[in-house]
Amino acid sequence: MTAAAGQPGGPGTGAALDGAAGVTGTAPLLSAAGVAVSFAVGSALAARVRQQQRLLRAVDGVDLALARGEALALVGESGSGKSTLALALAGLRSVDQGEIRFDGRVLPTRRSRADQRRIQMVFQDPYSSLNPRLTVGGMLRELLRVHHIVPSGEVEAYSTELLTLVGLGPDALPAYPRQFSGGQRQRVAIARALALRPDILVADEPVSALDVSVQATILNLLRDLRGELGLTLLLISHNLAVVRHLCDRVAVMYLGRIVEVAPTEQLFSNPRHPYTKGLLAAIPRLADSASSQITAADSGPAVAGDMPSALRIPAGCRFRTRCPIAQEICETADPALTQDIGAPAHQAACHFAFTAAPSAAALAAPAAAAPPAVAPGVPRQQQRKD
Amino acid sequence: MTGPDMTKRGTAGPAAAGPAVAGPMLEVSDLHVQIAARHGTVRAVDGVSLEVAGGEALGLVGESGSGKSMTLRAILGVLPPEARITSGQIVLDGVDLVPLSNSDLNHIRGPKMSMVFQEPMSALNPVMRVGHQIAEGPRVHMGYSRSKAAERALELMRRVGIPDPERRFRAYPHEFSGGMRQRVMIAIALSCDPEIILCDEPTTALDVTIQDQILRLLARLCADSGVSLIFVTHDLPVVAQLCQRVAVMYGGQLVETGDVREVLLDPRHPYTLGLVRSAPDVEYVRNSLVAIPGSPPSLVTPPSGCRFHPRCEFAEEDCKVQPTPLRELPGGSRSRATACLHYERCQDAVAADRVGP
Repeated sequence: MTAAAGQPGGPGTGAALDGAAGVTGTAPLLSAAGVAVSFAVGSALAARVRQQQRLLRAVDGVDLALARGEALALVGESGSGKSTLALALAGLRSVDQGEIRFDGRVLPTRRSRADQRRIQMVFQDPYSSLNPRLTVGGMLRELLRVHHIVPSGEVEAYSTELLTLVGLGPDALPAYPRQFSGGQRQRVAIARALALRPDILVADEPVSALDVSVQATILNLLRDLRGELGLTLLLISHNLAVVRHLCDRVAVMYLGRIVEVAPTEQLFSNPRHPYTKGLLAAIPRLADSASSQITAADSGPAVAGDMPSALRIPAGCRFRTRCPIAQEICETADPALTQDIGAPAHQAACHFAFTAAPSAAALAAPAAAAPPAVAPGVPRQQQRKD
Repeated sequence: MTGPDMTKRGTAGPAAAGPAVAGPMLEVSDLHVQIAARHGTVRAVDGVSLEVAGGEALGLVGESGSGKSMTLRAILGVLPPEARITSGQIVLDGVDLVPLSNSDLNHIRGPKMSMVFQEPMSALNPVMRVGHQIAEGPRVHMGYSRSKAAERALELMRRVGIPDPERRFRAYPHEFSGGMRQRVMIAIALSCDPEIILCDEPTTALDVTIQDQILRLLARLCADSGVSLIFVTHDLPVVAQLCQRVAVMYGGQLVETGDVREVLLDPRHPYTLGLVRSAPDVEYVRNSLVAIPGSPPSLVTPPSGCRFHPRCEFAEEDCKVQPTPLRELPGGSRSRATACLHYERCQDAVAADRVGP
């Protein structure tokens, strides 16, 4: 069940595909198998002298499947590779390894215009993702003409229909992006993405640049659009509260890999990977703040330390440097994404995900024998304090 | 912490005991900040009064443009050049800061109050070793020698949880991760043992696990050294975790203040209610998030009466004419106040919310 340590390209099992099929009973609409994307960093000259290029492995062997009509969330910290993966899936970045299939067909590196149309993106910052020199109407007209979506006589009517769909009126047609507020701009961006009648909408942090009171309107809009148009949604977010409101399934990314995938409620109620557990524990909670308020005599943080650099991915399990339950096996063997026997839709990449969690007593013994960089069970913060 | 003379601490130094100080550490009364702009005078802060007791953490929440950051900058005396304090008092430890000159304020910034900014990378000096940046304050304000200040910097780095401080002392800010840079900022803020630290969205740019680490650090520092905090943020759950009291700002004015649990779980102002309802919460999943209709008010020509009335679902005729200052709520705990004339309607709405989902 464990792949060899440190192999770029990753586990490459078909487990992820089976998982999604198990949920819906149909073949996935979009699937990724063993997808890897890396960036060359540093100077080209230094690389020639050293005869090797330093590679930043942003996405490092990801298997993921998206069923028709579902809303899947991709969550993780900055630098986990979630945005790079989204760009690769949308065809805006070529992949180094692995393949991306749409409706069972492998998508080539250079996609045809028809293929590009099927997957559309909404970006984080509506202030920089819209052309300031084009009116909303002009923007939509250009798109519709290039992709031959509607006959030229119906462009105006179709544009109005789109804008109404996202909650803006026909008045928006002659307006420039600067005339809109942040929330309205994000609506324009969504209308632009929907203009091509895509099968999949990829939204990369669509609300994180907006004020709290405006966030709600955009989240409600995305949810309503899913219901009305039967859209398949891939939502990238670092905000787990947003994810819980909008998505059916959640994939958690860490350092270029997916470490856990599960139906939303299962992930929140019964997380299996220690990183997911930490991530959930770290969310500040509004409800019942009496129990969540940080007190003086407090335990350590939910997850200690920082995420390692993607230039130096730890051997073995990549989360072991911050993991409270890391054992010797975690230093040598890279855990593959494996299914829960009882619930095949729930997968996690941890050696101890579906076995009984090692107890404190069991942890004490190996720690005494060979103390690793971080003593298991004791958050690093606490050690420092002493 | 028993004698009445303890309200006025003679020398800068960590508080001997817990947060109980008689009287407020910082008292802001009727503060007005105006910005001269081409299209008129922007009343960024319009009659804000606040109190922070020793060892207390106060959350100041509101949307962008509500004046929360301006209030903080006015307290620290670092307003942008086109903005100025037109009236009001800012009394820190018995001294009014408003009439003080910049050079007088320089003796107060550091030993008495300090600030942690949102973007540590732009607040830190990129060409100065972090150890020296932390040691600068003690050298200037406390007259420490070079070696003694360096020792102090190492101690502070240890206290804020920077691993391997001896090696990190000589590093530059770009060699640090976002969370570690924010720890450096906090170490600098602590370096002269201030009595109050002003935090301007210190965790907004950080990942949730790092945010959790920084919040824990701030909570521990508050408890250990009795330093007070003003924590400006738009993130209500963060306030719920860290602060004891909260003040909600809208359109340059305070609309509600009080104990953090009371205000956020049982709001008595429709704007606070709107903020709570529109924020997705992991524990409390609703079918639909309720957004606040409309957009924030103009601060050049603010709406008459209650500034929230154009967006308010409970607004009546009297809301449009009558100015709405903060009023203490009957039966509430200390400084539980609302600016709403019809706050009892929030009470009903909150009760209905509880039954609903």
